[in-house]
Formats: sequence, structure tokens, C-alpha cells
Amino acid sequence: MDFLRPASWEEALAAKAEHPTAVPIAGGTDVMVEINFDHRRPEYLLDLNRIGELSEWEVGQENVRLGASVPYSSIMEHLRAELPGLALASHTVASPQIRNRGGVGGNLGTASPAGDAHPALLAADCEVEAESVRGKRLIPIDAFYTGVKRNALEPDELIRAVHIKKADGPQQYSKVGTRNAMVIAVCAFGIALHPETRTVRTGIGSAAPTPIRAREAEEFLNAALEEGGFWENGKIITPSIAQQFATLASGACNPIDDVRGTAKYRRHAVGIMARRTLGWTWEQYRGAGRALEGAA
Amino acid sequence: MTTTPQARNVPAGTPTKITQGSPTKGGIGESTLRPDGTLKVTGEFAYSSDMWHEDMLWGQTLRSTVAHAEIVSIDTSEALATSGVYAVLTYDDLPAEMKNYGLEIQDTPVLAHGRVRHHGEPVALVAADHPETARRAAAKIRIEYRELPVITDEASATAPDAVLVHENRDDHHIGHVPHPNIVHRQPIIRGDADKAAERADVIVTGEYTFGMQDQAFLGPESGLAVPSEDGGVELYVATQWLHSDLKQIAPVLGLPEDKVRMTLSGVGGAFGGREDISMQIHACLLALRTGKPVKIVYNRFESFFGHVHRHPAKLHYEHGATKDGKLTHMKCRIVLDGGAYASASPAVVGNASSLSVGPYRIEDVDIEAIALYTNNPPCGAMRGFGAVQACFAYEAQMDKLAAKLDMDPVEFRQLNAMEQGTLLPTGQPCDSPAPVAELLRRVKARPMPPEQEWLTAGSDGTSVDVRALPGGLSNTTHGEGVVRGVGYAVGLKNVGFSEGFDDYSTARVRMEVINGEPVATVHTAMAEVGQGGVTVHAQIARTELGVNQVTIHPADTRVGSAGSTSASRQTYVTGGAVKNSCEAVREQVLEIGRRKFGTYHPAWATAELLLEGGKVVTDGGEVLADLADVLEDEAIDIELEWRHRPTEAFDLRTGQGNGHVQYSFAAHRAVVEVDTELGLVKVIELACAQDVGKALNPLSVLGQIQGGTLQGMGVAVMEEIIVDPKTAKVRNPSFTDYLLPTILDTPTIPVDVLELADEHAPYGLRGIGEAPTLSSTPAVLAAIRNATGLALDRTPVRPEHLTST
Amino acid sequence: MRVNFTVNGRQQEADDVWEGESLLYVLRERMGLPGSKNACEQGECGSCTVRLDGVPVCACLVAAGQVEGREVVTVEGLADYARHREDAHPGGGCASGACGTSLDSAKRWQARPTDGRTGEAGELAPIQQAFIDAGAVQCGFCTPGLLVAADELLENSPSPSDQDIREALSGNLCRCTGYEKILDAVRLAAARQGEAARS
Repeated sequence: MDFLRPASWEEALAAKAEHPTAVPIAGGTDVMVEINFDHRRPEYLLDLNRIGELSEWEVGQENVRLGASVPYSSIMEHLRAELPGLALASHTVASPQIRNRGGVGGNLGTASPAGDAHPALLAADCEVEAESVRGKRLIPIDAFYTGVKRNALEPDELIRAVHIKKADGPQQYSKVGTRNAMVIAVCAFGIALHPETRTVRTGIGSAAPTPIRAREAEEFLNAALEEGGFWENGKIITPSIAQQFATLASGACNPIDDVRGTAKYRRHAVGIMARRTLGWTWEQYRGAGRALEGAA
Repeated sequence: MTTTPQARNVPAGTPTKITQGSPTKGGIGESTLRPDGTLKVTGEFAYSSDMWHEDMLWGQTLRSTVAHAEIVSIDTSEALATSGVYAVLTYDDLPAEMKNYGLEIQDTPVLAHGRVRHHGEPVALVAADHPETARRAAAKIRIEYRELPVITDEASATAPDAVLVHENRDDHHIGHVPHPNIVHRQPIIRGDADKAAERADVIVTGEYTFGMQDQAFLGPESGLAVPSEDGGVELYVATQWLHSDLKQIAPVLGLPEDKVRMTLSGVGGAFGGREDISMQIHACLLALRTGKPVKIVYNRFESFFGHVHRHPAKLHYEHGATKDGKLTHMKCRIVLDGGAYASASPAVVGNASSLSVGPYRIEDVDIEAIALYTNNPPCGAMRGFGAVQACFAYEAQMDKLAAKLDMDPVEFRQLNAMEQGTLLPTGQPCDSPAPVAELLRRVKARPMPPEQEWLTAGSDGTSVDVRALPGGLSNTTHGEGVVRGVGYAVGLKNVGFSEGFDDYSTARVRMEVINGEPVATVHTAMAEVGQGGVTVHAQIARTELGVNQVTIHPADTRVGSAGSTSASRQTYVTGGAVKNSCEAVREQVLEIGRRKFGTYHPAWATAELLLEGGKVVTDGGEVLADLADVLEDEAIDIELEWRHRPTEAFDLRTGQGNGHVQYSFAAHRAVVEVDTELGLVKVIELACAQDVGKALNPLSVLGQIQGGTLQGMGVAVMEEIIVDPKTAKVRNPSFTDYLLPTILDTPTIPVDVLELADEHAPYGLRGIGEAPTLSSTPAVLAAIRNATGLALDRTPVRPEHLTST
Repeated sequence: MRVNFTVNGRQQEADDVWEGESLLYVLRERMGLPGSKNACEQGECGSCTVRLDGVPVCACLVAAGQVEGREVVTVEGLADYARHREDAHPGGGCASGACGTSLDSAKRWQARPTDGRTGEAGELAPIQQAFIDAGAVQCGFCTPGLLVAADELLENSPSPSDQDIREALSGNLCRCTGYEKILDAVRLAAARQGEAARS
């Protein structure tokens, strides 16, 4: 095993180009577990900790450009207004110690369906800034997840940042685990209201081979909200609309039975979370919502 | 601690006896602090995994990847050829005729021979100069398996054509078990349950399932073996029972016991999981083979295979009651899965059957408990030891009966609660206080925790703190679907080793004058696993010898056995031994004093003399001499064995016999909030009331009760080792998927301590470590049933059980 | 590979480090600092919590090569760290030299006479003393990680609510205590800190 310590982004790209099998390591929260338990012996470890810019973010007009290694604890602390869904998701990541080390780049690189950030990223809408010595490209999040623990990165590419749409409306995030902290998702659900475009986007975690959006549920809800004039009149969404949205979100799942939960439960829970988070965001949109203390 | 004034008003019980009422500071009854506390908070305390020796090698165990198979071949050549590797050992390298070990039945191979019987069974060992070298070499050992069908439950174990997990059994249980795949069977028949059932106005039955719980002590198995010049070996290890280890280690090494010198190193928790051998023999074998010190440290994955677990169980219960709420009879059948090797299964069967009725008066019973041999992971000792599974089931039955009779569940229990003098199903009378009804009264009388504590005063007055809600930080509910439930349970646990076991402890106590001050040294082989035995030993020595300074000698095998740190027995038995040896030392001190000074003061001959504050005083308080002047440069050094009252075996057909020494009782009230839509549970409060006889160290008592309570809660809502029924392989051997409660899952645990002395026990004390683990689980389950209206006949409860998904 | 970093205020150099080694292994097996405990090696227990450039992290998930040039504080340095809290570079250092715990010192672990009052004021960080006083230590394996995490909590939040304490310590498992005495210890340390600040 070789340990590569690039001091700059350019050096990192060069190293990755030279050794495409090199495994990037930033927070270490996935890679080190695999090494500690002998599941993986990469030829090269590519340490990204020395590249300071990866831990920085910029808040622009439309987007937040979030460095791949910005720790979850910083997202919780500093980006609650701009990225409320991701801040909520960050708060559910593992433990305080892990949140101090791990960042969105790791979740995306590993592309596990259980990664906590994915549903929030899908709901907010974002593009992954991938780069290699060949150049830079922005991969839409909808095209990023390509299979179980597979993503759209080329072997010589590294994730530099994520360009996430700034929230233009309320966002929520829920995750089911069988413990009240430090738990891997049995399943998770993210929702973002986009009043500017009068759309709703969603994300589902751990209930399909990849993180997914509940597209049918979104389309149904977009149409129902439009039809009922809800965006303008700010009325309470009727229970039947909320229920149909929940049912469609459930239906979007394609889960498995495993030690963390049954497929049937995952479908059920995603439906409940879809209904509840829609209720919370809509209440916030209507301006009468309850703030959520201690949750982000 | 909320204690005593009321306790004094409780009728049953005798006052606490203290053989010498010395008010020496730091004696029993005070919450003195741990002697190892400073070392533990500075990181200097030497746990077994912290041991280091120049030139030491790292040992690695290669374990079976399948549960049941013939070993067709093992090829170690490539591993042996690896640079940095010093030894690779398999069964063929074992040096002695004895190649098996076991707590009671020597059925466990040191390394697999021709066959593996469970997932993760040790097959080969490697010693190398770096752990990574050892891991890489172990991976190069080629093993060819021919897989066999797996036995995973009672049906497959006792099928007519079932493969025998152990052929040619010759242990002392084989004569009375109905099938060779049953380790032990203990029936208990008393009265006539069928006839008594005719008197019942209501009968309830239930089939209950208890999942496999892991001790999950935080310090994984580890130790260091150092070969010595005389051909023997020194072993530094974390264990619960040095002398039992020694008895099992020496024969397979082919060494006499005096050539295996064991020292206890720091133990990172135990809870039963260190009562069996883990890496001890392996490290010694590698050290003796290589001539170098060898350290073995399991990682968490290996730890899940490195020790036995709590027996999962299927329990069938039938209870009857008259319409005025009196229990008529009980029938039960308890099937414990012992896994591939016997470990403590026979004793667990004895406990499960003899405690299956719980703390209730039922005269007509028909009880059967068995433990199976299967290809599942071996199961053995864990806190609560057979009584935990039964308590889960009988307490569910009590609630069912109360509901059917339309009675309050606490009143129903109180109506049938055993008392001092009640005969247990074994025919043994309970001859010390049994304040079962009182414990229930106390937890019930406690004020309820406030409703909806998650609502906090925010800017708009209605903020939500998700940390106080089911789901916690995962933000699953802001109150939607949340329903509160309350449940009660009480349990009965035996203290000490039962069924005729010669359960003794040895204590060596030395008293001498150092720098003008009398100092006592207490030397036992008691394994301090965190429970605070070392704190209590020092307190006992101060009380009995009137000294301030007490040195606790490290535990090792240079002193006689102190038995196991299990069965809630150490304060009782080794504490009793320390007290006894101190008393002998005291007598000698007084003897010397009389010889030296007796002629100067008549009180030496006439008064009752005490040792107090470093002096010999009369019971009237007159100082006769300084201990320093009595002892001068003389040292008194006494090693004595001490035993509790003998017990007897249970009759193999009727289960009758005075099998137990003492009982321990605890009651819980659980208050839970359940997100009924998502099936998530937040335990709000787990109030406990327990009789401890005498709190030798009240702070430690609380620590034991709260810790035991939380372990019981863990197996109610999250903890379970999941074994694939098709392959008998463990599916979740990690802290990612075997979940322990975090501090955010933990309720407040208020404790109400009763001190009703057991006159048969030293200071009137009662073993306390296990009882709270029993009643905690069924109380939580009862509360969840109360919130959801669901039957819930298995533990742990998972979200899918609460949502029928 | 070679790794240079600062541990408890003292410059350290580790040679022949295997590239897959964790910071935890280097601390325990190469630096003679076994106080940080290895209980799960996957960031699910917090027993190996150390401060890395001031931030609590699981040492088992930091690759040794990643700490090059950085500062680490372990439980062994916690008392010094607390004493020099205002100082970015705590002085003093930890015991070093031979790695791990030698057998001689291991054998003597309890051999000092004791009168039941452990810990002399001044030698310990306030949080360490509070853990002893409140009965928050049983087997003690989780203690070092909890101390590092709790100390950081009180550094940033002098009077935390119970829920704040629970959240801050939710990455540290304890199997012995049921956590009640750990909560007591943090409350006690916070109260003492508050008293000290007022006086």
C-alpha cells in the first residue's frame, strides 16, 4: 500500500491520473472501516486532507458551492438557512465525532444507498463538480447514482465540490433507524419545496439499489398543488392529497429485506415520512410552522 | 439515593449485622471512591489490550467461514512461508493429549478437528511480528470444507435423522436427556398442575421468543502470554474467573497448573461473556511454540465470535387464576438454544427451570427446561443467566391474566407475590426477606414523568426538541403518532452458584506497620471487571481492621480461587471471604496485644475489643493501644477459604431440592412513548426499586442497578444477534448492526433502594448485579403493549413488529 | 512511511508506519499512549475519541498519514490541555519511551495503598475528577473517549442542558453505567466550572 499526500488539488488530480485505482480518503469514515476490518487493501490511499479548499464553501446567488470535505458539523452550524434539508440530514449522520470528519464528498464517492446526504441532495437539486487532469464537468445529481455503490465518476476523476441550489422554500429530512442516535438509515426521506418554480422535489434513501427520487409522487403533488391553487392560497393540503403523495412515495421504493429492516417496513416508513415531512414543510410555507429546535 | 426511612418500616427483615461496628472512615456503607479511578480517568490503567513486551508477536485466529462442515484439508505452507511469520498452528500441533476445554463439559476443541460446528470456530493460529502480517498470513491458509446440513432449532435438533452435534457424548447429562442433541433437561413437578387448573376461572397461554443478546463488553478479548524459563507460561488476561481458566488451560498445554501463572489485567467489562475461555489457550500455545511473548487482541468483529452469548429461547407458558385473582397453577416449557458447545448451558437450564415461576406463590407447577445443541453460536453466561428469558415470559403472562380478570396489573402481582417463607417450586423455602409487593408499590407510587417533554418554549411557544421524541436526532416525528404507555415488571434471581456447586472464595489478608501506620493488604483472585469489588474489599478491610490504608493486591493465581465474577456473587462470597480473613487477622492482632499489653490493663481480658482508627479500643471507647505498637515489625498474614451455605442438586425427575443460596428482587416501572405509525420507541423513564440487603457502597449499588437496567432495556428494543436460519451464520457481527443503547436512547433511571438484611449473608447484603436486568425488559415490553395494544410476544421489539410490516 | 505530529504538546515521530495504520494504532502501539481505547474500530463507540487540531474525532478512522504536521490531544494529555486551555499549544507532555504498558507497571496498577479517596486535586482535569466523584467510572473502557468528548462540550458550552449533554455524548457507548452517573459527572463538572468562574 502507498500513501499519497498531495498538497494541492492539481497534485491530487495528477496522482489520481497516474494511479486510477487510488482510493481517495478524506474523513476516513468509510475507507478506514474497510481497512481496519480487512475488507479492502487498496494499492494507493490518496489523502485529501491537506487540500484546504475542499473544506471551504461559497454562498452564491443561486447555489452553494460546497467543498467535498466540508464536515457535516459545519453544514449543520453554518448552512442551515441556505441548505436546510442537508443540514437536517447532516445532523442524523452517525456521531458528533464522525460529523466532525465526514463530508458530502465521501457520501457521494461511496454512493451507498444508505448515505444520509443523498435524499437531501436529490430534493434540493445539485450538480457534482467532478474533475480530472482531462478537465472539469458538472454531473447532475439525477445522473450521478448509477448502481449499488456505483456512481458516474470516471476512474481518474475526483469530487471537488457540490453545487447545491440554495433553498427557495422549506425543506425537511427524516430518517428511520432503530436507535435514537448514531444509526445507519433503515430508510430516509428528503423533501424540498421550490416555490419559485412551484415544484416539489424528493429524495429517498436506503429503499432502492440507489438513492432515488419519488418522481411520480412529485408529479402528482406538483399537479395537485397547481390545480388547487395551493401555492397562492396557502391552504392546508387536503389529507387525500397528502395520502396519495405518501402512497406514491412508498411505491417508488424498491427495497430489500436485510438485518436493518424488512422491505415491507421500508415501503411503509417512507410513506409515513413522506406524509409527515410534506406536512411540516407545507406548514412552514404557510408561515405557521413550528421551528425545529435541536434538529439542525 | 432515596433510601432508608421508609425501609425501616417495612415489616420483614432483620437489622443489618456488622461484626465490628468500627466507625473507621472509608468503611462499609460509605460511597468511597474506586481505588482504580484515577488510573482509569488518566488512561494509565492497564487493560489486557494495553500490555506490551519487548519482542512480542501478534497472534491471529483463523475462524471458520461456515457453520457446519467437515474439514477436508488445511494447507498452511504459504502462510508459514510469509516473511515475519513465526508460527502457524492447527489441531495437529496441539501438544497434549487433552485437546478440548469447557466450563463443565470439555466439548470445545482448542482448534477444530476434522469438523467445525459453528460459524467463527477457531481453526488455525498465526503468530507474526505485526498484526497486519499475521492477518495476511492467516488469509493465506487454505481450508477446504465439505458443508453439512445445519441444525438450528428444536425440530432440526431432535428430528429422527438429525446429525449429532457431538457424537459419543460421555458427560454426566447424557443419561437423562431425551436426545443427544439436548445438553441438559431439568423438569420441576410440584403439586398437580392439571388438577389445580380445574380450579382456574381463567387460563392464559403464550408462546414467547427471546432473541440472542450479546454482552458487548467494550474491551474486546485480549491478553499477553509470556513464556518463562522453566518451560511454563505467564498469562496476563482479562477474564471473570482466573482459576477456572487455569483448570482449562493447563491440561491442553500439557503443563501442571503451577507452571501456568495467571495475572488479571484490566478488564473492559464482562457481563458473563468472559466466563468462558477465549484467546487464553491460543496465546499460550503460540508463546510456548515460538519462545516469544504473544499478544492477541480481538477486534469487534472477532469478539462477536470470541465469546458465548445469552441463550435465545422459546418459552411456552400456561397460567391459571381464580376470578378473585389468585394464581392456581403454572405449566411451562422453556427451550434454550445452547449452540454448538455446552459452555454454561446446564446451569442456565437449572436457573431457567427453578426460577421459571418468578416471584409468585404458585403451588402446582409442571415445568420443563432444556438446552439444545445446534450449529448456532455457542451460548452461555450473561447477566441474569436463564432467569432473564423466563421473566420476560411470566411477566407477559401476569399482564394477560390481569387484563383478563380486569384487575390492575400491579395489584394482581401483589396479590400473588411471594414473601419470606414462601416455598419455591423446588420445595425450597425463601428464608430471607422477599419484599416483592413492596418493591412494586414503590415503583407504582413514584410520580409520573411529565407528558410531552419534547415541547419546548420556542419563539412561537410550540417548538419541538426531537431529541426527546421517538426517533431522536433522525427527526421522524414532531409528536405525530406518539402514544405513551406504562408497564410494570418484577423479577426473581438467585445469587451465587447453585445446585450443589462448591462455591467458595479465598482471601489473603496481611496487616503490618509501614512508616508508622498500620496498612492492610487484601489479596484475592477476584476479577475486577468494573463492578467495584476492589472498592468494597478495601471498605471491608477498613471496617474490620480499623485501618485507613488498604492496599488491594493485583488478582492472580498465586492465591486461592475467588470463584467467578458472576451470579451477583462477588460481594457476597469474596467479600465474605475478605471479611472472614480480616476477622482472623483481627483475632491475631488482639492476641498479640493481650500478650504484650494484657497485664497493663484489665480491659484486654474483660472487654469486647475493637480495632478502630488504627487503635485497639474497648466497646466503651477506651483506647488500649496503637496498632503500630501492637504489631511493631510483625506482619500478620492469613489466607482462608470461605463458603456460603451449601446447596444441593435438583432432583432430575422432580426438580426438588434446596438448590439456591439467596434470592435477589427488583421491580421496574417503564414509561415509554411509541411512534405508533413508524414503530419507533423512546423509553422516557425506567424507575427501579430493589432490595439490596445492605448497600456496602451506595454509589456502586446505583451504578449496578442503572447499568443492569439499561442492558435489560437494550434487549427490549434493539439488541439482537441475528443468525441466518438457513446457514446458521451470524449476520450482524458489528457495532453498526448490533446496536447498544446510546445516552440519547437512555431514559432517566431513578432508583429506590431497600435494605432488608439477609441474616445468612455477610453484613446482611444481597447480590445485586443481575436482578435489575431481569425486570427491565418485560417492563418496557409491557409499556409498549400498553401504548400500542399489540400482543408482542418476542423481544427485542423491532419497528416491523409494531407496524405489522 | 514516517509520520511527524504533535501529541499532547510534544513533537513525535513514528517510523515504519504501515500505510493502512490508523492514528489509534500509532498512538497505542508506537507512541506508548494506550489510553485511547480500541473497542470497535469503525466509529461506532467513541472509545478512541481524541482531539485532532482541537476537534473530537475517532482516532480509529484517521489514517496515520493524515496526521502529518497536526496536533493530537489524548486522554493522557487532557489534564495539561485543560490547564492550558487558553494556550493554543499546551505545554508539558505525556509519558513516552517504551510503548504500551510495561508488565512491571501493569503489575503495580493497584499496588499503591489507598484510603478510598482517589485523585489529588490539581493533577486531574476537572472533568476527570468529576467522573471519579460522580461514580461515572466502572470498567472504565469507555471513559477516556467520554472524557475527551465531555471536556470539549464544556469548553464550548459551559452550562449545557441535559439534552445537550446527551447529544454531545451520543457517539460514546458505555456498557456498564446506564449513563446516569456519566450525566451526573458532566453536570458536576459544569457546576464546578461555573462556581470557579464566579469566584
